[in-house]
Amino acid sequence: MAGVGARLLLPVMGRPALLLLALCTAGAQGLYFHIGETEKRCFIEEIPDETMVIGNYRTQMWDKQKEVFLPSTPGLGMHVEVKDPDSKVVLSRQYGSEGRFTFTSHTPGDHQICLHSNSTKMALFAGGKLRVHLDIQVGEHANNYPEIAAKDKLTELQLRARQLLDQVEQIQKEQDYQRYREERFRLTSESTNQRVLWWSIAQTVILILTGIWQMRHLKSFFEAKKLV
Amino acid sequence: MARPGSAQRWAAAAGRWGCRLLALLLLVPGPGGASEITFELPDNAKQCFYEDIAQGTKCTLEFQVITGGHYDVDCRLEDPDGKVLYKEMKKQYDSFTFTASRNGTYKFCFSNEFSTFTHKTVYFDFQVGEDPPLFPSENRVSALTQMESACVSIHEALKSVIDYQTHFRLREAQGRSRAEDLNTRVAYCSKWFVVHNFHPGLMIINSENIVD
Repeated sequence: MAGVGARLLLPVMGRPALLLLALCTAGAQGLYFHIGETEKRCFIEEIPDETMVIGNYRTQMWDKQKEVFLPSTPGLGMHVEVKDPDSKVVLSRQYGSEGRFTFTSHTPGDHQICLHSNSTKMALFAGGKLRVHLDIQVGEHANNYPEIAAKDKLTELQLRARQLLDQVEQIQKEQDYQRYREERFRLTSESTNQRVLWWSIAQTVILILTGIWQMRHLKSFFEAKKLV
Repeated sequence: MARPGSAQRWAAAAGRWGCRLLALLLLVPGPGGASEITFELPDNAKQCFYEDIAQGTKCTLEFQVITGGHYDVDCRLEDPDGKVLYKEMKKQYDSFTFTASRNGTYKFCFSNEFSTFTHKTVYFDFQVGEDPPLFPSENRVSALTQMESACVSIHEALKSVIDYQTHFRLREAQGRSRAEDLNTRVAYCSKWFVVHNFHPGLMIINSENIVD
Protein backbone atom coordinates (compact mmCIF):
# COMPACT_ATOMS: atom_id res chain seq x y z
CA MET A 1 0.00 0.00 0.00
CA ALA A 2 2.79 2.33 0.90
CA GLY A 3 4.56 1.41 -2.34
CA VAL A 4 1.51 2.22 -4.47
CA GLY A 5 1.00 5.45 -2.56
CA ALA A 6 4.59 6.50 -3.13
CA ARG A 7 4.44 5.69 -6.81
CA LEU A 8 1.30 7.78 -7.23
CA LEU A 9 2.53 10.56 -4.94
CA LEU A 10 5.89 11.27 -6.56
CA PRO A 11 4.70 12.21 -10.05
CA VAL A 12 1.92 14.39 -8.58
CA MET A 13 4.20 16.10 -6.07
CA GLY A 14 6.86 16.39 -8.74
CA ARG A 15 4.92 18.85 -10.89
CA PRO A 16 4.06 21.51 -8.31
CA ALA A 17 7.56 21.11 -6.83
CA LEU A 18 9.09 21.74 -10.24
CA LEU A 19 6.85 24.77 -10.71
CA LEU A 20 7.90 26.08 -7.32
CA LEU A 21 11.54 25.53 -8.22
CA ALA A 22 11.03 27.35 -11.52
CA LEU A 23 9.42 30.27 -9.72
CA CYS A 24 12.21 30.33 -7.16
CA THR A 25 14.94 30.43 -9.79
CA ALA A 26 13.04 33.04 -11.78
CA GLY A 27 12.64 35.20 -8.73
CA ALA A 28 16.28 34.84 -7.72
CA GLN A 29 17.41 36.90 -10.72
CA GLY A 30 15.21 39.86 -9.82
CA LEU A 31 16.90 42.91 -11.25
CA TYR A 32 17.00 43.39 -15.02
CA PHE A 33 17.95 45.99 -17.58
CA HIS A 34 17.78 46.47 -21.33
CA ILE A 35 20.76 46.32 -23.61
CA GLY A 36 21.13 47.11 -27.29
CA GLU A 37 22.46 44.83 -30.00
CA THR A 38 26.16 45.53 -29.90
CA GLU A 39 26.09 47.43 -26.65
CA LYS A 40 28.51 46.49 -23.93
CA ARG A 41 27.52 46.92 -20.31
CA CYS A 42 30.21 47.00 -17.66
CA PHE A 43 29.92 46.68 -13.93
CA ILE A 44 32.56 47.36 -11.35
CA GLU A 45 33.14 45.26 -8.27
CA GLU A 46 35.61 46.62 -5.76
CA ILE A 47 36.62 43.55 -3.82
CA PRO A 48 39.41 42.45 -1.50
CA ASP A 49 41.85 39.64 -2.17
CA GLU A 50 40.75 35.98 -2.50
CA THR A 51 37.06 36.79 -2.75
CA MET A 52 34.71 34.70 -4.84
CA VAL A 53 32.21 36.39 -7.11
CA ILE A 54 29.31 34.52 -8.66
CA GLY A 55 27.19 36.07 -11.38
CA ASN A 56 23.92 34.66 -12.72
CA TYR A 57 22.26 36.06 -15.77
CA ARG A 58 19.31 35.23 -17.98
CA THR A 59 18.48 36.88 -21.29
CA GLN A 60 15.21 37.44 -23.08
CA MET A 61 14.82 38.74 -26.60
CA TRP A 62 12.32 41.37 -27.72
CA ASP A 63 9.88 40.09 -30.30
CA LYS A 64 8.96 43.07 -32.47
CA GLN A 65 5.82 41.50 -33.94
CA LYS A 66 4.30 40.38 -30.68
CA GLU A 67 5.77 43.41 -28.82
CA VAL A 68 6.68 41.21 -25.92
CA PHE A 69 9.78 39.65 -24.47
CA LEU A 70 10.09 35.98 -25.34
CA PRO A 71 10.42 33.80 -22.25
CA SER A 72 13.61 32.10 -23.33
CA THR A 73 15.58 32.19 -26.53
CA PRO A 74 18.04 29.40 -27.19
CA GLY A 75 20.86 30.31 -29.51
CA LEU A 76 21.37 33.70 -27.94
CA GLY A 77 24.86 34.13 -26.57
CA MET A 78 26.46 36.53 -24.13
CA HIS A 79 30.15 37.18 -23.88
CA VAL A 80 31.39 37.77 -20.37
CA GLU A 81 34.75 39.42 -19.79
CA VAL A 82 36.26 40.08 -16.39
CA LYS A 83 39.31 42.27 -15.91
CA ASP A 84 41.33 42.64 -12.72
CA PRO A 85 42.57 46.00 -11.32
CA ASP A 86 45.70 45.79 -13.52
CA SER A 87 43.48 45.48 -16.64
CA LYS A 88 44.52 41.87 -17.06
CA VAL A 89 41.77 39.58 -18.34
CA VAL A 90 40.72 37.09 -15.67
CA LEU A 91 37.78 35.53 -17.47
CA SER A 92 36.70 35.83 -21.08
CA ARG A 93 34.07 33.33 -22.09
CA GLN A 94 31.04 32.91 -24.23
CA TYR A 95 27.95 31.62 -22.47
CA GLY A 96 24.47 30.72 -23.70
CA SER A 97 21.29 32.69 -23.20
CA GLU A 98 21.38 31.69 -19.54
CA GLY A 99 24.63 31.45 -17.70
CA ARG A 100 26.57 31.53 -14.50
CA PHE A 101 30.11 32.83 -14.24
CA THR A 102 32.46 32.58 -11.29
CA PHE A 103 35.84 34.04 -10.56
CA THR A 104 38.06 34.56 -7.54
CA SER A 105 40.08 37.73 -7.14
CA HIS A 106 43.83 37.41 -6.67
CA THR A 107 44.51 41.13 -6.44
CA PRO A 108 42.44 43.52 -4.35
CA GLY A 109 40.78 46.35 -6.21
CA ASP A 110 38.33 47.30 -8.95
CA HIS A 111 37.34 44.35 -11.09
CA GLN A 112 35.40 45.10 -14.21
CA ILE A 113 32.72 42.68 -15.42
CA CYS A 114 31.61 43.37 -18.99
CA LEU A 115 28.70 41.74 -20.77
CA HIS A 116 27.82 42.04 -24.40
CA SER A 117 25.76 40.06 -26.81
CA ASN A 118 27.34 38.87 -30.03
CA SER A 119 24.39 37.06 -31.42
CA THR A 120 23.50 37.63 -35.03
CA LYS A 121 19.95 36.43 -34.37
CA MET A 122 19.01 39.87 -33.10
CA ALA A 123 19.61 41.36 -36.51
CA LEU A 124 17.04 38.93 -37.91
CA PHE A 125 14.40 39.97 -35.41
CA ALA A 126 15.41 43.62 -35.90
CA GLY A 127 14.04 44.41 -32.49
CA GLY A 128 17.51 45.25 -31.26
CA LYS A 129 16.59 45.01 -27.61
CA LEU A 130 17.60 42.41 -25.10
CA ARG A 131 16.44 42.04 -21.51
CA VAL A 132 19.18 40.81 -19.19
CA HIS A 133 18.40 39.60 -15.68
CA LEU A 134 21.54 39.92 -13.61
CA ASP A 135 22.47 38.88 -10.12
CA ILE A 136 26.01 39.31 -8.81
CA GLN A 137 26.88 37.88 -5.41
CA VAL A 138 30.17 38.65 -3.71
CA GLY A 139 32.03 36.89 -0.91
CA GLU A 140 29.85 35.47 1.80
CA HIS A 141 26.65 36.11 -0.19
CA ALA A 142 27.96 33.74 -2.86
CA ASN A 143 27.85 30.77 -0.49
CA ASN A 144 24.99 28.36 -0.93
CA TYR A 145 24.24 27.36 2.65
CA PRO A 146 21.73 24.54 2.07
CA GLU A 147 24.33 22.95 -0.20
CA ILE A 148 27.09 23.34 2.38
CA ALA A 149 24.84 21.87 5.06
CA ALA A 150 24.09 18.85 2.89
CA LYS A 151 27.70 18.34 1.86
CA ASP A 152 29.28 18.66 5.31
CA LYS A 153 26.25 17.26 7.13
CA LEU A 154 25.91 20.18 9.51
CA THR A 155 23.19 20.68 12.06
CA GLU A 156 21.20 23.90 12.10
CA LEU A 157 23.34 25.47 14.80
CA GLN A 158 26.56 24.43 13.07
CA LEU A 159 25.33 25.97 9.82
CA ARG A 160 24.51 29.24 11.55
CA ALA A 161 27.95 29.24 13.16
CA ARG A 162 29.48 28.60 9.74
CA GLN A 163 27.58 31.56 8.29
CA LEU A 164 28.81 33.81 11.08
CA LEU A 165 32.40 32.60 10.54
CA ASP A 166 32.12 33.40 6.82
CA GLN A 167 30.80 36.86 7.57
CA VAL A 168 33.61 37.58 10.00
CA GLU A 169 36.13 36.35 7.45
CA GLN A 170 34.69 38.74 4.88
CA ILE A 171 34.92 41.61 7.36
CA GLN A 172 38.54 40.69 8.03
CA LYS A 173 39.37 40.65 4.31
CA GLU A 174 37.71 44.01 3.85
CA GLN A 175 39.75 45.47 6.73
CA ASP A 176 42.97 44.20 5.12
CA TYR A 177 41.89 45.74 1.86
CA GLN A 178 41.18 48.99 3.67
CA ARG A 179 44.75 49.00 5.00
CA TYR A 180 46.09 48.41 1.48
CA ARG A 181 43.93 51.25 0.09
CA GLU A 182 45.00 53.64 2.79
CA GLU A 183 48.63 52.90 2.00
CA ARG A 184 48.02 53.57 -1.70
CA PHE A 185 46.24 56.82 -0.88
CA ARG A 186 49.12 57.89 1.33
CA LEU A 187 51.70 57.08 -1.38
CA THR A 188 49.66 59.03 -3.95
CA SER A 189 49.43 62.05 -1.64
CA GLU A 190 53.14 61.95 -0.88
CA SER A 191 53.96 61.64 -4.57
CA THR A 192 51.79 64.69 -5.31
CA ASN A 193 53.51 66.57 -2.50
CA GLN A 194 56.95 65.68 -3.89
CA ARG A 195 55.98 66.69 -7.41
CA VAL A 196 54.60 70.05 -6.29
CA LEU A 197 57.73 70.66 -4.25
CA TRP A 198 60.07 69.88 -7.15
CA TRP A 199 57.91 71.88 -9.53
CA SER A 200 58.05 75.00 -7.39
CA ILE A 201 61.81 74.68 -6.84
CA ALA A 202 62.44 74.10 -10.56
CA GLN A 203 60.18 77.01 -11.51
CA THR A 204 61.93 79.39 -9.10
CA VAL A 205 65.45 78.32 -10.19
CA ILE A 206 64.60 78.64 -13.89
CA LEU A 207 63.05 82.05 -13.38
CA ILE A 208 66.06 83.32 -11.47
CA LEU A 209 68.52 81.92 -14.02
CA THR A 210 66.50 83.26 -16.93
CA GLY A 211 66.39 86.65 -15.26
CA ILE A 212 70.16 86.73 -14.73
CA TRP A 213 70.83 85.54 -18.29
CA GLN A 214 68.37 88.12 -19.63
CA MET A 215 70.07 90.99 -17.87
CA ARG A 216 73.57 89.95 -18.92
CA HIS A 217 72.57 89.25 -22.47
CA LEU A 218 70.74 92.53 -22.88
CA LYS A 219 73.65 94.43 -21.30
CA SER A 220 76.12 92.94 -23.79
CA PHE A 221 73.61 93.48 -26.61
CA PHE A 222 73.19 97.15 -25.88
CA GLU A 223 76.94 97.56 -25.44
CA ALA A 224 77.47 95.95 -28.80
CA LYS A 225 74.95 98.26 -30.39
CA LYS A 226 76.70 101.18 -28.73
CA LEU A 227 73.46 102.30 -27.09
CA VAL A 228 75.02 102.34 -23.60
CA MET B 1 -4.23 -5.41 -2.44
CA ALA B 2 -3.63 -1.64 -2.21
CA ARG B 3 -6.58 0.59 -1.47
CA PRO B 4 -6.67 2.95 -4.44
CA GLY B 5 -8.84 5.32 -2.44
CA SER B 6 -6.14 6.23 0.11
CA ALA B 7 -3.43 6.72 -2.55
CA GLN B 8 -5.75 8.95 -4.53
CA ARG B 9 -6.57 10.92 -1.39
CA TRP B 10 -2.83 11.33 -0.73
CA ALA B 11 -2.22 12.53 -4.28
CA ALA B 12 -5.14 14.96 -4.06
CA ALA B 13 -3.87 16.33 -0.74
CA ALA B 14 -0.37 16.74 -2.16
CA GLY B 15 -1.78 18.54 -5.19
CA ARG B 16 -3.80 20.89 -2.96
CA TRP B 17 -0.80 21.72 -0.78
CA GLY B 18 1.33 22.28 -3.85
CA CYS B 19 -1.25 24.69 -5.24
CA ARG B 20 -1.55 26.51 -1.92
CA LEU B 21 2.21 26.98 -1.73
CA LEU B 22 2.21 28.21 -5.30
CA ALA B 23 -0.58 30.65 -4.52
CA LEU B 24 1.31 31.85 -1.47
CA LEU B 25 4.43 32.47 -3.53
CA LEU B 26 2.51 34.46 -6.10
CA LEU B 27 0.51 36.67 -3.78
CA VAL B 28 2.51 37.04 -0.62
CA PRO B 29 5.92 38.72 -0.77
CA GLY B 30 8.32 35.81 -0.57
CA PRO B 31 12.00 35.81 0.32
CA GLY B 32 13.57 38.70 -1.54
CA GLY B 33 17.16 39.69 -1.93
CA ALA B 34 19.51 42.54 -2.53
CA SER B 35 21.24 43.71 -5.67
CA GLU B 36 24.37 45.73 -5.17
CA ILE B 37 25.77 47.07 -8.41
CA THR B 38 28.42 49.62 -9.35
CA PHE B 39 28.39 50.84 -12.95
CA GLU B 40 29.76 53.65 -15.04
CA LEU B 41 27.35 56.24 -16.34
CA PRO B 42 28.74 58.08 -19.38
CA ASP B 43 28.01 61.76 -19.95
CA ASN B 44 24.56 62.59 -21.37
CA ALA B 45 23.45 59.07 -20.60
CA LYS B 46 20.61 57.53 -18.68
CA GLN B 47 20.49 53.97 -17.40
CA CYS B 48 17.44 52.23 -16.05
CA PHE B 49 16.93 49.11 -14.02
CA TYR B 50 13.72 47.19 -13.50
CA GLU B 51 12.44 44.70 -10.96
CA ASP B 52 9.18 42.81 -10.53
CA ILE B 53 7.98 43.31 -7.00
CA ALA B 54 5.02 41.78 -5.20
CA GLN B 55 2.53 43.93 -3.34
CA GLY B 56 3.36 44.68 0.27
CA THR B 57 7.10 44.14 -0.06
CA LYS B 58 9.22 46.65 1.77
CA CYS B 59 12.03 47.83 -0.52
CA THR B 60 14.98 50.15 -0.08
CA LEU B 61 16.95 51.91 -2.78
CA GLU B 62 20.26 53.41 -1.74
CA PHE B 63 22.71 55.03 -4.14
CA GLN B 64 25.97 56.91 -4.02
CA VAL B 65 28.12 58.52 -6.68
CA ILE B 66 31.73 57.37 -6.37
CA THR B 67 33.69 59.24 -9.03
CA GLY B 68 33.14 62.01 -11.52
CA GLY B 69 32.66 65.76 -11.55
CA HIS B 70 30.67 67.07 -8.62
CA TYR B 71 29.66 63.55 -7.59
CA ASP B 72 26.00 64.11 -8.38
CA VAL B 73 23.40 62.23 -10.39
CA ASP B 74 19.66 62.41 -11.07
CA CYS B 75 17.63 59.53 -9.72
CA ARG B 76 14.03 58.61 -10.41
CA LEU B 77 11.92 55.72 -9.14
CA GLU B 78 8.59 54.85 -10.76
CA ASP B 79 5.90 52.34 -9.87
CA PRO B 80 4.18 50.07 -12.46
CA ASP B 81 1.61 52.81 -13.27
CA GLY B 82 4.35 55.30 -14.06
CA LYS B 83 3.73 57.30 -10.91
CA VAL B 84 6.94 58.84 -9.65
CA LEU B 85 7.68 57.62 -6.14
CA TYR B 86 11.06 59.30 -5.79
CA LYS B 87 12.69 61.98 -7.86
CA GLU B 88 15.83 63.90 -6.97
CA MET B 89 18.11 65.96 -9.15
CA LYS B 90 21.86 66.25 -8.67
CA LYS B 91 22.02 64.19 -5.50
CA GLN B 92 25.29 62.75 -4.19
CA TYR B 93 23.87 59.95 -2.08
CA ASP B 94 20.48 59.03 -0.74
CA SER B 95 18.41 56.24 0.69
CA PHE B 96 14.72 55.71 -0.05
CA THR B 97 12.43 53.13 1.54
CA PHE B 98 8.98 52.31 0.20
CA THR B 99 6.39 49.57 0.38
CA ALA B 100 5.14 48.26 -2.93
CA SER B 101 1.52 49.30 -3.24
CA ARG B 102 0.80 46.90 -6.08
CA ASN B 103 2.29 44.05 -8.04
CA GLY B 104 4.28 44.91 -11.09
CA THR B 105 7.48 46.17 -12.56
CA TYR B 106 9.16 48.99 -10.69
CA LYS B 107 11.68 51.05 -12.58
CA PHE B 108 14.48 53.28 -11.37
CA CYS B 109 16.77 55.36 -13.54
CA PHE B 110 20.00 57.24 -13.07
CA SER B 111 20.66 60.15 -15.37
CA ASN B 112 23.83 62.04 -16.15
CA GLU B 113 22.19 64.08 -18.90
CA PHE B 114 23.06 67.40 -17.29
CA SER B 115 26.78 66.70 -17.57
CA THR B 116 28.64 67.48 -20.80
CA PHE B 117 31.83 65.51 -20.43
CA THR B 118 32.21 63.87 -17.04
CA HIS B 119 31.57 60.16 -16.61
CA LYS B 120 30.14 59.16 -13.29
CA THR B 121 30.54 55.91 -11.41
CA VAL B 122 27.36 55.12 -9.48
CA TYR B 123 26.83 52.51 -6.78
CA PHE B 124 23.35 51.39 -5.81
CA ASP B 125 21.90 48.83 -3.43
CA PHE B 126 18.33 47.74 -4.09
CA GLN B 127 16.95 45.63 -1.28
CA VAL B 128 13.66 43.86 -1.94
CA GLY B 129 11.93 42.25 1.03
CA GLU B 130 13.90 40.31 3.60
CA ASP B 131 16.99 38.26 2.92
CA PRO B 132 16.20 34.65 2.03
CA PRO B 133 16.22 32.45 5.14
CA LEU B 134 19.14 30.15 5.80
CA PHE B 135 17.00 27.05 5.68
CA PRO B 136 14.37 26.46 2.99
CA SER B 137 11.96 25.13 5.58
CA GLU B 138 12.34 28.15 7.80
CA ASN B 139 8.81 29.26 7.08
CA ARG B 140 7.78 27.01 9.94
CA VAL B 141 6.33 28.92 12.85
CA SER B 142 8.43 27.62 15.70
CA ALA B 143 10.34 29.37 18.40
CA LEU B 144 14.10 29.61 18.04
CA THR B 145 16.27 28.37 20.88
CA GLN B 146 18.38 30.89 22.76
CA MET B 147 21.49 29.85 20.85
CA GLU B 148 19.69 30.24 17.55
CA SER B 149 18.33 33.66 18.39
CA ALA B 150 21.79 34.73 19.58
CA CYS B 151 23.14 33.59 16.22
CA VAL B 152 20.45 35.56 14.42
CA SER B 153 21.24 38.76 16.29
CA ILE B 154 24.98 38.34 15.69
CA HIS B 155 24.22 37.80 12.01
CA GLU B 156 22.21 41.02 11.85
CA ALA B 157 24.95 42.94 13.67
CA LEU B 158 27.62 41.62 11.31
CA LYS B 159 25.43 42.58 8.35
CA SER B 160 25.37 46.15 9.57
CA VAL B 161 29.17 46.05 10.05
CA ILE B 162 29.58 44.96 6.44
CA ASP B 163 27.19 47.72 5.42
CA TYR B 164 29.23 50.36 7.25
CA GLN B 165 32.40 48.99 5.70
CA THR B 166 30.86 49.36 2.24
CA HIS B 167 29.91 52.97 2.92
CA PHE B 168 33.36 53.71 4.27
CA ARG B 169 34.96 52.13 1.23
CA LEU B 170 32.80 54.22 -1.12
CA ARG B 171 33.63 57.46 0.67
CA GLU B 172 37.31 56.58 0.69
CA ALA B 173 37.15 55.73 -3.02
CA GLN B 174 35.87 59.25 -3.69
CA GLY B 175 38.82 60.82 -1.87
CA ARG B 176 41.30 58.46 -3.43
CA SER B 177 40.15 59.04 -7.00
CA ARG B 178 40.39 62.80 -6.47
CA ALA B 179 43.93 62.40 -5.09
CA GLU B 180 44.98 60.26 -8.06
CA ASP B 181 43.48 62.78 -10.50
CA LEU B 182 45.36 65.58 -8.75
CA ASN B 183 48.60 63.64 -8.94
CA THR B 184 48.26 63.07 -12.70
CA ARG B 185 47.33 66.70 -13.30
CA VAL B 186 50.30 67.97 -11.28
CA ALA B 187 52.60 65.65 -13.24
CA TYR B 188 51.43 67.04 -16.60
CA CYS B 189 51.13 70.68 -15.55
CA SER B 190 54.54 70.84 -13.96
CA LYS B 191 56.26 69.58 -17.13
CA TRP B 192 54.20 71.96 -19.24
CA PHE B 193 54.98 75.02 -17.18
CA VAL B 194 58.68 74.22 -16.79
CA VAL B 195 59.05 73.92 -20.56
CA HIS B 196 57.16 77.16 -21.13
CA ASN B 197 59.41 78.96 -18.68
CA PHE B 198 61.89 79.40 -21.51
CA HIS B 199 59.49 81.63 -23.41
CA PRO B 200 60.90 84.96 -22.16
CA GLY B 201 64.42 83.90 -23.18
CA LEU B 202 63.30 82.86 -26.64
CA MET B 203 61.33 86.05 -26.98
CA ILE B 204 64.44 88.15 -26.30
CA ILE B 205 66.55 86.23 -28.82
CA ASN B 206 63.77 86.58 -31.37
CA SER B 207 63.42 90.31 -30.81
CA GLU B 208 67.19 90.75 -31.11
CA ASN B 209 67.09 89.03 -34.45
CA ILE B 210 64.32 91.35 -35.52
CA VAL B 211 66.27 94.43 -34.40
CA ASP B 212 69.31 93.14 -36.21
